[in-house]
Amino acid sequence: MNALPCTVYVSLVGALLALIAGGRSATAARWIALITATVGWLITLGAAADFVPGPGLQTLVNVAWIPELGVRYHLAADGISLTLLVLTGLAATAGILFSWNIEERVGEFFALFLTLIAGVYGVFLSADIFVFFVFYEIAIVPKYFLIASWGSTNREYGAMKLVLYSFAGSALVLAGVLWAYAANGGQSFALSDLAAAGANFTAGQQIGMFALIFLGFAVLAGMFPFHTWAPTGHVAAPTAASMLLAGVVMKLGAYGCLRVAMPLFPAGLEFWQPTIAWLAIIGIIYAGFVALVQEDFKFVIGYSSVSHMGFVLLGLAAANTQAVSGAVLQMFSHGVIAGLLFAVVGRMVYDRTHTRKFSDLRGIPLHRLLPFAALTFVLGGLASMGMPGFSGFPAELTILIGTWKTSPVWATFAAGGILVAAAFTLRAIQVSFFGTTDHSGPAATAGAHGHEHDYAPITWPERTGAMLLIAATIYIGLKPDVLLEWIVPALQSPLFQTILKGGAS
Amino acid sequence: MILTPLHLCLILSSALFCIGLIGALTRSNAILVLLGIELMLNAANINFIAFWRYGPNPEAGTGVLFVVFAIGVAAAEAAVGLALVIAIYRHQRSIRLQDARLLKG
Amino acid sequence: MSLPVQLLWLIPALPLLAAGLGALTPRSGRKLASGAAILAMAGSFLLSCGALMTALADPAAHLVHNFAWLDLGEGVLRLGWLLDPLTAFMCVMVTFVGLLIFIFSTGYLHEDPNFTRFFCFLSLFAAAMLGLLVANSLLLLFICWELVGLASYLLIGFWFHKPSAAAAAKKAFITTRIGDLGLLLGMLWLYDSTGSLLFYDGGQGVLEATALGGLVAQTTIGGLAVSTAIGLLIFCGAIGKSGQFPLHVWLPDAMEGPTPVSALIHAATMVAAGVFLIARVYPLMAVDQGLATTPLHALTVVATIGAITALMGAMIAVAQDDIKRVLAFSTVSQLGYMMLALGVGSWVAAIFHLLTHAFFKALLFLGSGSVIHAAHHEQDIRRLGGLRGPMRITFVTFALGMMALSGVPFLFSGFWSKEAILHAAQGWNVSHLPLYAGLAAVVLTAFYMTRLVAETFFGSARSDEARHAHENSPVMTVPLVILAVCAILLGFIGTPAFPWLQSRLMGQTEVHGHSLFEGGGLMVLSIVLVAIGIGSGWALYGRRPRTTTSALDPIEKISPGLFGALRARFGFDELYAATVGRLNTATAALADGLDRYVWDGAVRFLAALGEFAGFVNKEADEDVLNGGFDATNDKIRGTARLYSAAQTGGAHGYMRTVAIGFVLLVLIVMLGGGL
Repeated sequence: MNALPCTVYVSLVGALLALIAGGRSATAARWIALITATVGWLITLGAAADFVPGPGLQTLVNVAWIPELGVRYHLAADGISLTLLVLTGLAATAGILFSWNIEERVGEFFALFLTLIAGVYGVFLSADIFVFFVFYEIAIVPKYFLIASWGSTNREYGAMKLVLYSFAGSALVLAGVLWAYAANGGQSFALSDLAAAGANFTAGQQIGMFALIFLGFAVLAGMFPFHTWAPTGHVAAPTAASMLLAGVVMKLGAYGCLRVAMPLFPAGLEFWQPTIAWLAIIGIIYAGFVALVQEDFKFVIGYSSVSHMGFVLLGLAAANTQAVSGAVLQMFSHGVIAGLLFAVVGRMVYDRTHTRKFSDLRGIPLHRLLPFAALTFVLGGLASMGMPGFSGFPAELTILIGTWKTSPVWATFAAGGILVAAAFTLRAIQVSFFGTTDHSGPAATAGAHGHEHDYAPITWPERTGAMLLIAATIYIGLKPDVLLEWIVPALQSPLFQTILKGGAS
Repeated sequence: MILTPLHLCLILSSALFCIGLIGALTRSNAILVLLGIELMLNAANINFIAFWRYGPNPEAGTGVLFVVFAIGVAAAEAAVGLALVIAIYRHQRSIRLQDARLLKG
Repeated sequence: MSLPVQLLWLIPALPLLAAGLGALTPRSGRKLASGAAILAMAGSFLLSCGALMTALADPAAHLVHNFAWLDLGEGVLRLGWLLDPLTAFMCVMVTFVGLLIFIFSTGYLHEDPNFTRFFCFLSLFAAAMLGLLVANSLLLLFICWELVGLASYLLIGFWFHKPSAAAAAKKAFITTRIGDLGLLLGMLWLYDSTGSLLFYDGGQGVLEATALGGLVAQTTIGGLAVSTAIGLLIFCGAIGKSGQFPLHVWLPDAMEGPTPVSALIHAATMVAAGVFLIARVYPLMAVDQGLATTPLHALTVVATIGAITALMGAMIAVAQDDIKRVLAFSTVSQLGYMMLALGVGSWVAAIFHLLTHAFFKALLFLGSGSVIHAAHHEQDIRRLGGLRGPMRITFVTFALGMMALSGVPFLFSGFWSKEAILHAAQGWNVSHLPLYAGLAAVVLTAFYMTRLVAETFFGSARSDEARHAHENSPVMTVPLVILAVCAILLGFIGTPAFPWLQSRLMGQTEVHGHSLFEGGGLMVLSIVLVAIGIGSGWALYGRRPRTTTSALDPIEKISPGLFGALRARFGFDELYAATVGRLNTATAALADGLDRYVWDGAVRFLAALGEFAGFVNKEADEDVLNGGFDATNDKIRGTARLYSAAQTGGAHGYMRTVAIGFVLLVLIVMLGGGL
C-alpha cells in the first residue's frame, strides 16, 4: 500500500532510462518501457493485495511543498483510486505491448508514454488539489507530442484540438479551484480542508465553482457537447495513445468530477444534477447514433467511447451509492474494453491493411486472414455492448439500478442507449471482419491491396496484450465484487455521504 | 637660449621620434613600420629618463621604473606585431601594409 | 437418483464446459468437439431426469439455493438456482430435444468446414438456455436470456458469408433486444420496489406474497398497479424473444441459419423462453387480477397479443413457399397460442403445449432439414414434390409431426395440448375473442400443414434437386423416429382424463381427472375444424398436385389480393423498414451531421475566429508597430554606414590620423599656453 507513490517515480525513472536507451537500441528501450510499466502495475496489484477497504483516503505521503501557499505534497488512496490505479497499470502494460512495432524514435516515444503514465498515476493519488492539478498538466502535455509525432490521419489537427480542449478544460478547473481557494482565505489546497470550508460557501458560490470545475473535468471525460475532441483525437493518435486516451485519460476527467467537483460543492451538484444527467443521456444516445453511420473503423470506436463515458457521467449525476460505484466500475470496464477495441483496430488491423475504411475492409476476408484479431474484436464488441459475462454488464447494470432510484425516466432513456450500442457494434463487427469470403466478387477487387494473403501474423506482444485485457474484462464481468469491495466502502466516507442521497433512506 | 643637458636630451628624443614617425608613415614594409614604432617608443623612454634625471626629485627612481615597463610593453608589442606580420604573410604572401586592408569597415 | 438443488448448476455447466472445449479445439478436431457436446448434453439430460425426480418428490415446493453476487453497499444482488416441476420438466425437454438435434447435426453439417465452431455455439446456446431455466433470480435469468440471444445471433449468422444470413442475425439480435430493453427496465423497477430479484427466497422473494402485496398496492402512471406495469415490461421481453406481434419479424428471417439451429432455437427451445418467463413470473402477472380499479390487467394484454399472433401467424403461413418459413410462421402462431393460454390464466396449459410443441416442431424442422439436405439445399416447396417415395422415413415422421401440429384427434400430443388451451380460453370470463381467434387458427393450421405436406411429398418431383433426392443416413433419421414417437406419446401425460403433468406443475400430488365428455362440445367443434382444414387443404393441393414450378397457387387463383398480402407477410418488414428503419437512419445521419458540422463547426468557427484575430494582429504589427521601429533602424544604419566608411583598413591611414592628431594636440598645448 505504501509503495503506491513509487508508481509515479518508477514511471518517471523508466521514462528517462527509455530515452537514454532509445538512442542506442530500440529493443532495449522497449524492454525498459515494458518492465517499467509492469513494475508499476505490480505495485498497484501488490497494494491491492494488502488493501484494507475503508471509508476515506488513506494517506501515503504528506509533506509541505510550498508552505507560503499552503500547498502540501499529499498523496493518498482509497478504493476508488486503487481501482483506477490498477486500470492504469494494466492499460500501460497493454499499451506498450501494442506499440512494440514502433520503429521511429522509439526512446522518445516510450519516454513520453511513461511520462503520461506517471502523470496519470499522480492524479489518481493526489489528495491536494494543487498537486492534482500539476499531475493533470503533466498528463496532458505528452499527449500532444505522442499524437502529433507518431499519429496517423490528420494528426496535427487532432493533436491540437485535443490539447486545446484539454487546456481549456484545465483553465476552467484552475479558475474554479483558485476561486474556492481564495474564498476559503487562501490557506490550503487540501481536498479535506476545502471540503470542510465548502460548507461555508454560499449556494451561489458553490453553483459557480461547481460549474467551472465540473465542466472543466467533464470536457476531458467527453461530455456532450464538448466531446468532439475525443473521436478526432482517438483517430489521429497512435494505437497505444488511443488506448491510453480512451482507457485512462478520459477517466481523469470523470475522476476529477467525482473527487473534486462533487464532494466539495454539494449545493452546486444539486443545482446542476439534472443538466448533467440529461447531457450524459443525450451523449449516450447521440454518440451511439453517430457511431452507427461512421465509415472509419476507428471513429466508430471513438464515438462508442463517448457513449460509454456518458454512462459514467450519468452514474455520477445520479449521485447515490449504487450509481456512483457503478460509474467507477464502468470507468474500469470501459478502460479495458476501449483499450482492447483500439488495439484491434489500430494495431492488428490498420498496421497490416493500412486502411480503416469500411468500404475497403468489406472486401477483405479478415476473419480468415486474421482470426485472432477477429476473435478479439468479437469478444471486445460483445463486452462493449454490455453482454453478460463481460465487465460492461455489471457496470451498466449497477449504474442503471442506481439511476432508477434517482429518476426512472433517466434510466429508461439510458437503457435505450444499450440498444443503440448493440446496433453499431454489430455493424462494425460484421462489416469489418465478416464482410466477405467471396474472392471473385467485386468487393474483393475493390480492396485497397493486392497482397491480401500475406499479412504478418499476429505477434506475441499483441497476443499477450489482448489476452491480458480480455482476461481482465471477463474476470471483472464474472466477479465484479472484486472491485466493488474496494469502491463501495470508499463511498461511505463522510465526504461522499453528504452528496450520495441514496444512503440510509 | 641656453642649452641645458635636459634640452639636449629633449632635442635628441624629438629627433628620434620624428625619424620614427616618418619611418612608420612612409615605409610600406610592415617590419620597417614596426621598427619606426620602436624608435618612437624609445624616444619616449629617453624623455622619461631625462625628466627624471634632471627633474626635482631624482632620488625616487620613478623614471627607471617607467622605462622598464615601457620596454617590457614594447617587447610584447613587437612580439604581437611580428606574429601578426607572419600571419598576414602566410595568408597573403606579402607584408606590404597597403595590401592588408581586411579591417576595412 | 435424484439431484439436490445445490448441484443444479451442473446442468448448464456441462454444456458450457463442452462449449469451452469446442472453442479450443482446432478445426480438424471434429469428432472431439461433437463428441464432447453430445456427451455433455447426454449428461445434462441424465442430471435433468434426476432433478425431475427431486422435484416430483414434493411438487409444491420451490427448492432454492441462493448466493450473493454483487454487494452494492445498500442492497445485495443475489443469484440462485430454483428447482420446481416447471424447471425440471423444461430441463428434461430441452436436454432431450437438444440431444437429438445435436446428433442430427453431426449428419447435417458433416461437410461444413466450421463444424467444431458450430458445436461450440450449440453447446453455448444449450448452456445459456439451461441456465435460464434453473435461474432463481430475474437477474440470472436476464443474464442467460442475453447469452441465449447471443448464441442465437452466432448461430443464425453461422453462414455469415451469405449477406441474408448476416442481416437476419443482426435483425434477430436487435429486434429481440428491443424487447429485452423492456425486460431490463422491468427488472430495474422490480429491484427498486422490492429490493430483491430472487423469485423465491423463503418469503422474501419477489414472487411471494409479501412482495406481491406491496407491488399491487402501489399505483403509478395512468392508475396502473406497479405490478401491472412491471409485468407488462417483462412481457416486452417475452414478446421479443417469443416472436410475438409486433416483434415477430425476426423469427422467419432467422431461418437463414442451419436447419438444426432452426429446430433447436427457433422452434423448440429459445423462442419458448418467453413463454417460460411469463409462466415463471405468473404470480406477478396475475396478482392484479383481483384489482378492480386498475384500467388494465397484465394478463389481458398477454391474451390479446397471443390471440393476434396466433391468428396472424397462421394466416401468413398459408401463403409462404419456403418450407422453413411455413414452419417459422407456424411457430409464431403456436407461440401465440401459448401466450393466449397464459393470458387466459392457464399457465399449465401453456407449458403443456410448450412441451408437446417442442417435440413435434423439432420433428418438423428436422424433417424439413432432412428434405433440404437430401434436395441439395432446395427449400422452395414449388420446386420440391414427390418425395414420399425416395424419402420414406422422413415422409412418415414428417406426416406424424404435421398431424400432431394440426391437432388430429386423440392419438397425437398436439391435440391434447391445444384442447387444454381452447378449454381455458372458453373459460375466460373477460372475452371470448381469444377463443374465436384460436379456433380460426386451428382451421388455418390444419390447412397450411396439409398444403406443406402435399406440396413437398406428393405429386411429382418438379426440379432436378428433388428428383435426385434420397433418404439420409441413420444419424439423421433415428432422431426423427424418436421425436415422432414422442410427438404421439407425450400427449398422454396431460389428457383431461389424466392430467398428470398439469397437476404436478400446479404442485399437487394427486391427479384429478374428469370425463372426456365434460365440455365435449368444444372438443367436437375443434375436431370438425381440423377436419375442415385438412379436407380443404387436401382438396386444393393434394388431389390435383402442382405440376410445374411456376403454376399459380390455388388460393392465388381465387383471391390474388389476399394471397399477395399474406405472402408479403402483411408488409410488416416493409412497414418497419419505412418507419423505424428510416427514422433510425435519419437520426443517425442527423446526429453525424450535427457532430461534423455543428459541434465541430462551432469549434472550427472559434478556431477561425482566433485565426482571424491573429491575422489582424499580425497586420497591425507589421505596418504600425514594426513600421516605426524599422524607420528608426534605417536611420541608425545610414549613420553607421557613414562612419564605417572611415574605417579604411589601411594601417598607414590610421597612423597618419594619429600623427596629425598628435601634432594638433601639441599645437594646442603650445599655443594655448600649455600647462
